[in-house]
Amino acid sequence: MDGITQLDDSWRVAGRSFGSRLIVGTGKYGDLPTTAAAIEASGAEMVTVAVRRVNLSDPKAPMLQDFVSPSRYTYLPNTAGCFTADDAVRTLRLAREAGGWNLVKLEVLGPAPTLYPDMPATFEAAAALIKDGFEVMVYCSDDPIAAKRLEEMGCVAIMPLGAPIGSGLGVQNPLMIRMIIESAGVPVLVDAGVGTAYDATFAMELGCDAVLVNSAIALADNPVLMARAMKAGVEAGRLAFRAGRIPRRGEASPSSPVSGLIR
Amino acid sequence: MDGSTQILTLNVNGEEKKFAGPLTVVGLVDALGLDLRKVAVELNREIVPRSTYAAVALQDGDVLEIVHFIGGG
Repeated sequence: MDGITQLDDSWRVAGRSFGSRLIVGTGKYGDLPTTAAAIEASGAEMVTVAVRRVNLSDPKAPMLQDFVSPSRYTYLPNTAGCFTADDAVRTLRLAREAGGWNLVKLEVLGPAPTLYPDMPATFEAAAALIKDGFEVMVYCSDDPIAAKRLEEMGCVAIMPLGAPIGSGLGVQNPLMIRMIIESAGVPVLVDAGVGTAYDATFAMELGCDAVLVNSAIALADNPVLMARAMKAGVEAGRLAFRAGRIPRRGEASPSSPVSGLIR
Repeated sequence: MDGSTQILTLNVNGEEKKFAGPLTVVGLVDALGLDLRKVAVELNREIVPRSTYAAVALQDGDVLEIVHFIGGG
């Protein structure tokens, strides 16, 4: 066995330690059993969840918690669908009461077709949530200045988009993601835009602490297989980042020695 | 209040519903057939702490939101 890849390579956010660098969403799956199987295959320890009204007309309908146990996975409640700081605070206060934790994912989106992070509203909501005692992992634009400001406000993780939500286009702006990583003192995660395993690998090779994936797994033809692929992709990217890649060069360099050839 | 039966009209998740009072949050969640351990309750825009569900008495006209976790990204 090699000793290096086996070394503890966990990452920490808000005082919690995680071995897996893949966080998965629980939305968009065809059914709850598939959700559970895919999350299991992904190896994720943290999952994002949404907070919604219970269906009063079908109170015994199966619930996410019955399939994805909050005692096994760290639930990361999100603010999807909230367009104001007040909505975000109300939603996450309810999540805190339902689950008893304060680590949350803040996302305030602008309108379709971009669903791009609404940064003024994100700042306002982040301030309100931090004041209310939440530990905020924040979905944001790939803007190094905005990212730094969110960190200075007290956000515990910065989560720039790689590409628009659900687009599957991969990391469109690696330069900006790299700049955010280089200046950040808190974990940086690519959230949104991953389409397939190599997009996750690429994000990890840039030096991200973790990657958040939902649509690419949930909407794959075989979500369980894609979840396993994402796990491998994230691990490969992390190992490659740690290993340190060779420089890119504009000319060939022979792989075999040029001396000692027979004549 | 003399504790005798009354009819409470409550707004729960945007729907007007009538219940026999007196009624606490625990009683309401029970009457709706929900699992207390899997929901959170907001009463008139204020969180109801889980530890107080049995003690909080509902009043006619109260507005409640009862939520749970669902799949999301």
